[in-house]
Amino acid sequence: MNLEVLGISVLWIFLFGYVIVASIDFGAGFFNAYSLLTDRSHILTEIIKRYLSPVWEVTNVFLVFFFVGIVGFFPQTAFYYGTILLVPVSISLVLLGIRGSYYAFESYGSAGHKGYAFAYGLAGLLIPASLSVVFTISEGGFVEVVDGHPVLDYWKLYTSPLSWSIVLLSISAVLYISAVFLTWYAWKAKDIDASNLMRKYALIWSIPLIITAFGIIVELRGHNVEHYENIIAIWPLFALSGLLFLVTVWLIWKKRSYGLAVILLILQFFFAFFAYGGSHYPYLLYPYLTIHEGFTNKEMAIALVIVFILGLCLLLPSLYLLFRLFLFNKDYVTGKSNDHA
Amino acid sequence: MINESTVFWSRVLTETTLSFHIIYATIGVGVPLMIMIAQWVGYRNNDEHYILLARRWARGFVITVAVGVVTGTAIGLQLSLLWPNFMELAGQVISLPLFMETFAFFFEAIFLGIYLYTWDRFDSQKKHMLLLIPVAIGASMSAVFITIVNSFMNAPQGFDIVNGKLVNIQPLIAMFNPAMPTKVTHVLVTAFMTAAFILASIAAFRLLKGSNHIYHKKALYLVMKCGLIFSIASAIIGDFSGKYLAEYQPEKLAAAEWHFETEKGADLILFGVMNDGEVKYEITIPYGLSILAFSNPMAEVMGLNEFPEDERPPLYIHYLFNLMVFIGMFMVLVSLVYLVGKWRGWSFIASKWYRWVVVAGGPLSVIAIEAGWWLAEVGRQPWILRGIMRTEQGATTSGNVDLMLLLFCILYIVLGIGSIVVLSRMFRSNPIEKEIEDRESEKGGEVR
Repeated sequence: MNLEVLGISVLWIFLFGYVIVASIDFGAGFFNAYSLLTDRSHILTEIIKRYLSPVWEVTNVFLVFFFVGIVGFFPQTAFYYGTILLVPVSISLVLLGIRGSYYAFESYGSAGHKGYAFAYGLAGLLIPASLSVVFTISEGGFVEVVDGHPVLDYWKLYTSPLSWSIVLLSISAVLYISAVFLTWYAWKAKDIDASNLMRKYALIWSIPLIITAFGIIVELRGHNVEHYENIIAIWPLFALSGLLFLVTVWLIWKKRSYGLAVILLILQFFFAFFAYGGSHYPYLLYPYLTIHEGFTNKEMAIALVIVFILGLCLLLPSLYLLFRLFLFNKDYVTGKSNDHA
Repeated sequence: MINESTVFWSRVLTETTLSFHIIYATIGVGVPLMIMIAQWVGYRNNDEHYILLARRWARGFVITVAVGVVTGTAIGLQLSLLWPNFMELAGQVISLPLFMETFAFFFEAIFLGIYLYTWDRFDSQKKHMLLLIPVAIGASMSAVFITIVNSFMNAPQGFDIVNGKLVNIQPLIAMFNPAMPTKVTHVLVTAFMTAAFILASIAAFRLLKGSNHIYHKKALYLVMKCGLIFSIASAIIGDFSGKYLAEYQPEKLAAAEWHFETEKGADLILFGVMNDGEVKYEITIPYGLSILAFSNPMAEVMGLNEFPEDERPPLYIHYLFNLMVFIGMFMVLVSLVYLVGKWRGWSFIASKWYRWVVVAGGPLSVIAIEAGWWLAEVGRQPWILRGIMRTEQGATTSGNVDLMLLLFCILYIVLGIGSIVVLSRMFRSNPIEKEIEDRESEKGGEVR
C-alpha cells in the first residue's frame, strides 16, 4: 500500500468516527428538542444528558483531526476546498459554535432554557446538511476553474436533485444512528420508556434512509458515470451493508439484542462508508484533484505517519479509559452515581 | 487579480476570530495548571478549602473551554477558508506541529471529561488529582505546537525553493526554527501569568463584595504567589524575545521602537506620539535599545530605513509594545507589593483601593496578551510567511468574506455575552459559604 492510500484511509477512518459519534450527538439534540415540543422531555432528557456529558468535547476533536489531517496529507485540498467552501463551511462553523457552547452553558449555567434547546436541536439537523455539501461537490460538476482559481456555482448546487438527496440521506442517517444507539443506551440504563420511544424513532427513520441511499446511486448514473460504474463494480460491499441494515432493523423490530444491533449498525455504515470512499478513488475533487496529485511531499508524509502512530498509542488507551468509566460503567449508566463537578 | 477588499476582510475576520479565541485559549492553557496546583496543595495539606477551590475553578473552566473549543475549531478551518494559497504552501512544511496539536487537544479533552465527571468517584483524592496531569500537559502542549506553527510564519526554514517549488523539506528543521524557543516559552508563561491574575481578580472581587471568608484569602495568596513567579519569568523571556528580534527580524523591532537610523548606542523610546513623522512627548532611555537588543550599550541596532518602504510594518505597533511591557511590569509590581506586604504585615494590601488594583490585574493581563499578539502579528506585515509570501498572495479569491465577518461577529457576541452571564450566574447562585455548608451536610450521605 502506498502512502497516499494509507493517508486517505486513516483520514477516512477518523471521518467515519466523527460521523458516528456526531450523529449520536446531533440526533440526541434533535430528539431532546422534539420531546420538549411534545411534552415527553421527562422521558428522554435525563438519559441523553447522562450519555453526552463526558463526551461532548471529544466529538468535536474527531472533526478537527480530520480537517487538520487532510491539509497535512493533501495540502492542495486547502487550495481547492478552502476556496470553494468559504460560505457553506462558515455556516457550519457558526452552527457548531452554537451547539458546542450550548451544552456547557445548559448543563452548568441556565438549565432548561427552551429557546436555546430548540436552536440546539435544529442546529443538529442543519450541521449534517451543511457539511454534506462537501460530498456533493466532490462528485464534480459544481466547480469551474476560472483564471486558475476554483469557483463554486451555487445556483447549480442548490437546484441539483443530487445535493438535496445527499442532504436528506445525511439527516435520516443522523436520526437513525442516534435512535438505534439511544435505544440500546436507554435499555441498558433500565429506562424502558425512553428505550421504547427511541425504538419507535429508529424504525421510522430507517425508511427514508434506505430510500435516499438507493436514490443517490441511481442519480449518480446521470451525474458522474465513472463513479457510478465504480460503485457497481464493488456492489457486494454495498449489498453486505444493506444486509446488515436489514438485520439491525429486524432486531430492533423484535426488541431483541439491542447491543448487537448497535454493533451491526456501526458495521453497516462502516462498509457503506468505505465502499463509497473506495469507489470515489482516486479523486478528492472530481475531476480536478486526485489523491496522487494532491499528496504532500514524502518527508512530511513519513513524519505524519510516525506521529499518527505515536498519537494512537496515547489515544486508544485514553479512549478505552473514558468508555470504561462512563459508557460501560453500570453505576454511571443507570444513574446511581452522578459525580459531576 | 487578487481583490484588495477580500484581502482586507480576510485579515479583519482572522484578527477578530483570533482576538476572541485567545482570551479563552489563554485561560484554557493557564487555568488547568492552577487547578492542578490548588488540588495538590489541598491534597498535601489535607485542606478542604483548596480542594473546593480546584473544584469551583474547574466548573467555571468548563464554560471557557467550550467557547475556546468552538472558536478554535473556527480558526482552524478559517486558515484554509481565508488563506487557501498560504495553507497549500505551508501545509507541505508545517502540518506536522498542526497535526500534533490536535493530538494534544484530543488527549486533554478526554481527561478533562473524566476529571469533571468523577468527583467523589474514586476512593482517594490522589487518583482524581492524577487526572489533572494529562489535562495540564495536553493544554500546555497544544499551546506549544500551535505556537510553533506561528513561529514558522515568522522565521520560515526547513525547505528550499527551486523554480518556485518547495523541495528538500525537513519537517523538524521547520519546527525548530529560530523564533520557536522564545515564542513558545513567552506564550506559555504569559498564559500562566494571565490565568493566575484572572483568578486573583475573582478572589479579590469576592473579598471586596463583602464575603470575608478565609477561602478567598487563601485563594488570593496562592494565585498572587504564582502570578509573581510567572510575571517575572514573562519579563525575562520577553527580554530574550527582543534579542531574537534584533538578530532575526530587525524590521519588527525597529518599527516597535521607532528606530529609523542604524546606529551604535541606540536610545530606547518609551511612550510618545507620532505626528507627521515627528516623535513627541517621548521618554528616551539612552543606550536602552542597544542593551535590550544585544546586552551591550554600544552595539549597533539596525534602523527601519534599511528596509524598502513596502516591506516595513506599520508604525502603530509601538503603542502595542508599550502597552504590553507596561502592563507586564505593573503586574510584577502589584504581586510583589502584595506578597511583601503579606509577609511584613502591611495593612494597606487588605485595603479597598489595593484590592481594586488586584481586581484590575486580570483584565489588564488579558489586554497585555491581546496587545502582545497584535504586536507580533502586525509586526510581520506585509508578510504572511516572512520573506517568502506576502499576505495578499495567501488570501482567498472567493467573495462574500465581508458577509462571513458579520456572521461570525454575531456568533462571538452571543458566545461572549453567554459565557459571562452563565459564569456570573453560576457563582452568584452558589457562593462558597453555601457550598461548604452543603458539603458538610452531605458528608456520609450520597454526594452529588
